[in-house]
Amino acid sequence: MADSTMDRVAQATPPKVAHKIKGLSDRAIAWIFVGPTIFLLLAINIFPLIWTINLSFTNFRANRPNREVDYVGLRNYERILTDSDIWMTMQATAHFLFWTIALQVVIGFALAYLINKKFKGNDLWTTIIVLPMMLSPAVVGNFWTFLYQPQIGVFNYIISFFTGADPSSFEMIGSVTLAPWAIIIVDTWMWTPFVMLICLAGLRSIPDYIYEAAEIDRASKFRQFWTITVPMVLPFLMLAVLFRGIENFKMFDLVVQLTGGGPGTVTELTSINLKREAFEKWRTGYASAYAIILFVTVFGLASIYVKALNKVKER
Amino acid sequence: MAAHSINEPSRRQKTIAGTLVIAYALITMIPLAWIFITGFKSPSDAIAYPPKIVFEPTLEGYVNLFTQRTRQTQEFLDANPPEAWYDEIVRQYDMVIVGPSKFGERFLNSVIIGFGSTFLSVFLGTLAAYAFSRFRIPLADDLLFFILSTRMMPPIAVAIPIFLMYRELGLSDTHLGMILLYTAVNISLAVWLLKGFIDEIPREYEEAALIDGYTRFQAFYKIVLPQAATGIASTAIFCLIFAWNEYAFAVLLTSGTAQTAPPFIPTIIGVGGLDWPAVAAGATLFLVPVMVFTIVLRKHLLRGITFGAVRK
Repeated sequence: MADSTMDRVAQATPPKVAHKIKGLSDRAIAWIFVGPTIFLLLAINIFPLIWTINLSFTNFRANRPNREVDYVGLRNYERILTDSDIWMTMQATAHFLFWTIALQVVIGFALAYLINKKFKGNDLWTTIIVLPMMLSPAVVGNFWTFLYQPQIGVFNYIISFFTGADPSSFEMIGSVTLAPWAIIIVDTWMWTPFVMLICLAGLRSIPDYIYEAAEIDRASKFRQFWTITVPMVLPFLMLAVLFRGIENFKMFDLVVQLTGGGPGTVTELTSINLKREAFEKWRTGYASAYAIILFVTVFGLASIYVKALNKVKER
Repeated sequence: MAAHSINEPSRRQKTIAGTLVIAYALITMIPLAWIFITGFKSPSDAIAYPPKIVFEPTLEGYVNLFTQRTRQTQEFLDANPPEAWYDEIVRQYDMVIVGPSKFGERFLNSVIIGFGSTFLSVFLGTLAAYAFSRFRIPLADDLLFFILSTRMMPPIAVAIPIFLMYRELGLSDTHLGMILLYTAVNISLAVWLLKGFIDEIPREYEEAALIDGYTRFQAFYKIVLPQAATGIASTAIFCLIFAWNEYAFAVLLTSGTAQTAPPFIPTIIGVGGLDWPAVAAGATLFLVPVMVFTIVLRKHLLRGITFGAVRK
């Protein structure tokens, strides 16, 4: 593009003026401008990735740097893929992903649809709804443990106020059945606004004339919703699901502070499990293999998904 | 336009939509409001049941947040009268203030690392975005996707080798190390966002400047930069919010010197467990800057989050 710009400029101007375009060549500037970014990403992302791959074939332990390191081939991978605890972790993660995404898509889309009705003061209320996603998940997660306290917490108080149940009869964080929901509720509270904003972008991108045409064709409002609104917002919604999926697959801070993976291991999502292996048990080689498996999973799922997304967009 | 009115929601629709959205917003606000008011409660009010909405406000939480205290004998307390209002607050519990807590330091670390990495990611991101927008770069699309894909790695996965690498280089638990790391995480976002903004600036402006005898550099910083100012500002906000709130790297790679506030706030212990008013006070002080940013810059939010897909 740049070369053609230069060509056009050169052609359109007399030689004397063209000569006045001075300084470094565009190619040099392009490298100077892009170079540092690429260098930083190579140093902090790619080099470590290669290092992780290398470590994943060893029995290295980072807390014992002087011990001899053996290459163990694919043994780490084999152990992870046959470990039933890790499959439990994967299941917990899948459960968390499914419900957070389902709730956030439904509530987020509904909110965007309502906000798009352009009622008075919607700007202010939108800003309030968006606040939670701007905050620190760790700090927020920590404070929610206070809200969830059975004896003194506001959450239990409000629920019991409306249902009449004894607030100390349900312990969100301490219960095996409720703890996963405790994190799903907080995640939904924090991230529904994100889905909402993207849906709102989608709704605003629909040109008015499409509805006008439908109106002339006497399509009912219901029909307009299903044949115009939903398909037009779908690519945006799918993009939101992609971002939320990737983010929640690596979910760490919120859950660490909220439940710490417990009780037992019912909320031990993959990131928390991985942290335990890497920084508590110090099985660095094993954890590296685990990290690679997770990365390949996210990358693989994301690529398949992006392909599907592009197909939807083309329609 | 007559046709336009067809799509204009009726008054009744607006009322229903408004009511539902406001109801959701109010529910959303409860946890935030609770953090805020708990910061002004005494420890006993904070754990009262049913939860107290009316209470006598105190700055005890804030005093506990910023100070370290120790228990003293009655004789000592009688011999040394309180010097300031914050001394009196801790004396109710037979305590005296022995020095500042680590909160100030951790908060300052958040400021240094947050702003440092934001500046660096926006600076490098602007240069790269400009180059991607204006020059022919081999495999530009692949490079851009590569840049975005660096965000897909779980932080823990990256943390293992970074931990080892930083230990070798002496970068663990340093401000510089954390700034570089957060910059690397944020740069993908910065490049993508800024490319969207710069793409929208007509090339003709620079071409005219080049003909006038400007160098590329001059055209870049005299013509393009001022035009991209709003985009740069909203990108900076997103980078700052991330760096400000990041927890996983901070907790794994720092232990003291360079530790930011998010890993610190949940560890403020009082008598018999977490000191909830102090935790709430710390959380409030930490959340307020981001909230203010969000409210002030709400107009740019939507554009930023959708990579400029919405043009207003």
